Amino acid sequence: MTGLLIQGASLFGGHSADIRVRDGVIAAVGSLSPELGERTIDAAGLVAVPGLVDLHTHLREPGGEASETVLTGTRAAAAGGFTAVHAMANTSPVADTAGVVEQVQRLGERHGYATVRPIGAVTVGLEGRQLAEIGAMAHSSAAVRVFSDDGFCVHDPLLMRRALEYVATFGGVIAQHAQEPRLTEGAQMNESALSGELGLTGWPAVAEEAIIARDVLLAQHVGARLHVCHLSTAGSVEVVRWAKARGIHVTAEVTPHHLLLTEELARGYDPRFKVNPPLRRDDDVHALRQALADGTIDIVATDHAPHPDEAKQCTWAEAANGMVGLESALSVVQLAMVETGLLDWAGVARVLSTTPAAIGKLAGYDAPLEVGSAAHVTLVEPEARRTWSTEHLHGRSVNTPYTGRELPGRVVHTVHGGIVTVHDGVLGEAESIAALAKEALRG
Amino acid sequence: MKHLLSTRDLDRATAVRILDLAEDMAHTADREVKKLPALRGRTVVNLFFEDSTRTRLSFESAAKRLSADVITFSAKGSSVSKGESLKDTAQTLAAMGADAIVVRHPDSGAAHQLAHAGWIDAAVLNAGDGTHEHPTQALLDAYTLRARHFGAHSRGRDLAGLRVAIVGDILHSRVARSNVWLLTALGAEVHLVAPRTLQPHGMQSWPVTVHEHLDDALSLALDAVMMLRIQTERMHAAFFPSAREYAREWGLTAERFARLGPDTMVMHPGPMNRGLEISSAAADSSRSTVLDQVTNGVSIRMAVLYLLAAGSSGEPA
Amino acid sequence: MVARTVLHDADITRALRRIAHEIVESRRGDGRLVLLGIPTRGTVLAERLYTLIEEFDPGIAEWGSLDVTMYRDDLARSATRMPAPTVIPGSGVDESIVVLVDDVLYSGRTIRAALDAIVDHGRPRAVRLAVLVDRGHRELPIRADFVGKNIPSATSERVSVRLIETDGVDEVTIEP
Ligand SMILES: [Zn+2]
Repeated sequence: MTGLLIQGASLFGGHSADIRVRDGVIAAVGSLSPELGERTIDAAGLVAVPGLVDLHTHLREPGGEASETVLTGTRAAAAGGFTAVHAMANTSPVADTAGVVEQVQRLGERHGYATVRPIGAVTVGLEGRQLAEIGAMAHSSAAVRVFSDDGFCVHDPLLMRRALEYVATFGGVIAQHAQEPRLTEGAQMNESALSGELGLTGWPAVAEEAIIARDVLLAQHVGARLHVCHLSTAGSVEVVRWAKARGIHVTAEVTPHHLLLTEELARGYDPRFKVNPPLRRDDDVHALRQALADGTIDIVATDHAPHPDEAKQCTWAEAANGMVGLESALSVVQLAMVETGLLDWAGVARVLSTTPAAIGKLAGYDAPLEVGSAAHVTLVEPEARRTWSTEHLHGRSVNTPYTGRELPGRVVHTVHGGIVTVHDGVLGEAESIAALAKEALRG
Repeated sequence: MKHLLSTRDLDRATAVRILDLAEDMAHTADREVKKLPALRGRTVVNLFFEDSTRTRLSFESAAKRLSADVITFSAKGSSVSKGESLKDTAQTLAAMGADAIVVRHPDSGAAHQLAHAGWIDAAVLNAGDGTHEHPTQALLDAYTLRARHFGAHSRGRDLAGLRVAIVGDILHSRVARSNVWLLTALGAEVHLVAPRTLQPHGMQSWPVTVHEHLDDALSLALDAVMMLRIQTERMHAAFFPSAREYAREWGLTAERFARLGPDTMVMHPGPMNRGLEISSAAADSSRSTVLDQVTNGVSIRMAVLYLLAAGSSGEPA
Repeated sequence: MVARTVLHDADITRALRRIAHEIVESRRGDGRLVLLGIPTRGTVLAERLYTLIEEFDPGIAEWGSLDVTMYRDDLARSATRMPAPTVIPGSGVDESIVVLVDDVLYSGRTIRAALDAIVDHGRPRAVRLAVLVDRGHRELPIRADFVGKNIPSATSERVSVRLIETDGVDEVTIEP
C-alpha cells in the first residue's frame, strides 16, 4: 500500500501539521516532506478531526434494502466524514442472532467505506419478551458490545434489569430507546399547545423522562452501564445530570436534528419532520446544546433513518418516523454547537468520535490523530456554506429535513484506516474502495 | 381564497363575507329554480376517506345546486382502494379534471397536505381532518348563531357580544377547534367545558375561558351551548369512567336544560347520542338548532364552493 | 388623462324622468311593474325610477335588485367575483312586467346573464330593459327599450357612471 501525506491540516482547529499515513496507521505527525511515490492531500485551510463514529445508524440491511443497504449507508457515512457506524438491530430478520450480526459486519468489511459495528437486539425480535442471545452475539466474529431494541423501548422493568445485568457480563451496554409505550400510544408529535392545535396526538416529555429515571436507578442498583439513545427533552437532561452526579454509569446521546429543529416544523404536516422522539420545543433545544457542551450529554449520534418516498409522501399519521442524517450531521453540529461558541473542534472530535467509540468499545479511536493510531481522519472545510438539498445525499433515501437550509461546513476528505473514501468531496468508486479494503485486510 | 383548510386562516371580514354569501345562497332555496349556474362546467370531487353520509350529502347537494359536476369517492365503497395513498388518489382525481376537492380524512393535516404538498393544483376544501379542523361546520354554526340572534338583520354582522359554551370532548373534536378560532375571530366570547382528560394539552393558551364543571358555565348568561358528540369508545381509553357518569357531570340533562335562559340556543353538530351528552328534552326543544344547522350547512358549503371554484384564481375581484 | 363629462346631474335627472314616463306608457293593460336593478348602480337607478313612478302613478310599481354574478359567462375566466344580494319584491315576478335597470349597456353580456337569472325566479309576462347610457359595441342580439342617452364611444374609451348614493356625485364621464 502506498503512503499518504496529508499536508497542512489544522489539527482539531488548532496548529497546522502534516500527517503521514502508512499501512492504515498514522506514522508521523509534524512538519513532513513528501517521500517518493507518496500520495499527497493538500489540506491547507481544512480542519483535521479523527474519523467520526456514529453510535446510532439504521443501515436497513438485511430486509430493508429498498431504503438503504450496508453499501449505500456506509457511502453516505463516508460522505459525512464518518469512518465507523453502529448498525441498529431493527432489520428483517432482526439482528438478534450471531448469524445476522456477522453478516452485517462482513458486508461493512467488504465494502470498506466505514467500519460497521452491528448492534445486537436486547430481546428476541425486538418484542420485549425474551432476552436475545446476547452472549452468542458478543462472542461472534462481530464482537457485539452495544445492545438495543431501538425503535422500541425495553419497557418491562424486570426485563430491563436482567438485560443490564446480563450484558455487563460481556462488557456490553444497553442503549435504551426511552419511550414509555402506554404514554405514547398513537403519538405523532411533541405534546404541547401546538399538538393540541394541530390535532396530532402528543408524545409527552414525561414518557421519555420517566423511562430514563427508572433506568438510571436500575443501572445504579445492579451496577451496570446504561446508554440513553436520542435524548430529546430538557427534563431528560436534568435526570441524566442528576444520575451522573450520583456516579451512575450512564451515557447519553443527542441527535443533530434535536440540536437544531423544533416542533414548529410540524405545522405544515410535512412528514419529513416526523421523527421519534419528536422534535421538541425551543427550550429543549437549548437545554440539549448546553448539556452537550457541559458533558451531561456525551455524544452526538445521527439516528440516520432512511425511508422510501412512499413512507413520507403520505399523511403525517401514516408516515414513518425518521430522517437521514449521516451527510448533514457534522454541518448541523457546526451550526448548533461550534458557531454558537459552545464547542470547539476538539469538542466536536470528542462528541462525534472519541467518546462514541469508547461507548461502543471500538478500538483505534482512543488516541486521535496521534502517531500509532489507526488512520481515521476527517478533513473539514468550516468556511464552506451549502444550501442543503437532496443532491448532497448519497444513500438510497432522501428524507432529509434540511432541504433549503443553509448549512455550514463541508467534509472534503475522509480517510478510513488509510483508505481515502472521500477525496475532494467525491466518494471513491465502490470497486476500488472494496479492493483497497481487501488488500488492507490481508495486511 | 385558494383553499379552505382551517378557520385560523379566516379573518373577521372574510368570515362575515362568507356568511353573507351563504345568506344569498340560502335565498335561492325559495326560488322557482333552486339551482345556480355558477359552477357549470366545473368538477367538484368529494373525497371521503371516512364515512359520513350527512356531510357527504350536504356537500353533494351544495355542489349540485351550483350546477357543478360532482364525483364522489368514498373509501367505504370500492372507489378508493385500501392501501392506495392519499397522493395517488388525489393525482388520479386531478387527472380527471377536478377543480375543487372536498376531502374528509381520518388523519389530521390530510387536507393541508393535499393543498400544499405539490401533488395537485385543485382547490382543497377541508371537510374534516382527523382531530384537527372542520371549517365548514364552524361556519354553519356561526351562520346559525347569527341568523337566530339577529334574524333579518344579520347581513354584515359579526358575533360580537355573543357568549357560547362548547361542551364535551374538546380533545378529539375538530368541530371545537374550528369553532374556537372562527367564533373568536367573529368577536364571540367562547367558553370550553370538559373534564381534564378531554382537554387538549395547552388549551389554556387558546383565546377562551376554560371550565371543568358544566354548571359553572351554564350559570353564565349564554347565547348558545354547543354539545359535542361523545364517542363511546373513548370510555375504554379511560378518558372517563362510564357513560352514566359522563352524562351526569357533562351532559345537558333535562334538569340542566330547564335552568338555561329562555333564549339560549342548544346546538349539536350531530349525530347526537341522546341520553349521553344531550337529553331528548334539550334536543327536541324549540331552542335546539340541530335541524337549522343541517339546512344552513348546504348554504355555507355553496358559499365556500363558489369562492373556491368559481373564479380562475382564488382572489376576490 | 382628461375625462369629459357627457351627462351632468340635471341631465341624469331629466333622462330618468323621461324613462319613468316611457316605462309607464309602455305598460299594456294592468300589468304590474317590477323594476329590478343590476347591482351596484343599476339598483340605485331602479330605486330612483320607482320613486319617480310613485310620484305620478302610485302603487303600480315595485323595485328590487337582481344580482347576475352567478350567471355571467366569464366567471371562470376572471378572479372570483363577490355576488351582491338579490331582492325580489314580495309578490314575485310571475305575470309581472319586469324592467331590468342598468347604468351602462355595452356588450350585452350582463343583460344576457340577467335574462337567465330572471327566469329562475319565475315567468314574467314581459321583460324590458332600461339603461342610463348605451355606448354601443354589442356582442349579443340585445337592445334597450329605454335609453337615457346614446353615447357613441370607442372600445378603448372608458365610460363611467357615478351616482350620489354610491359615488357622492351624479355624472357620466368618458375618458380616453
Ligand atoms: Zn430510537
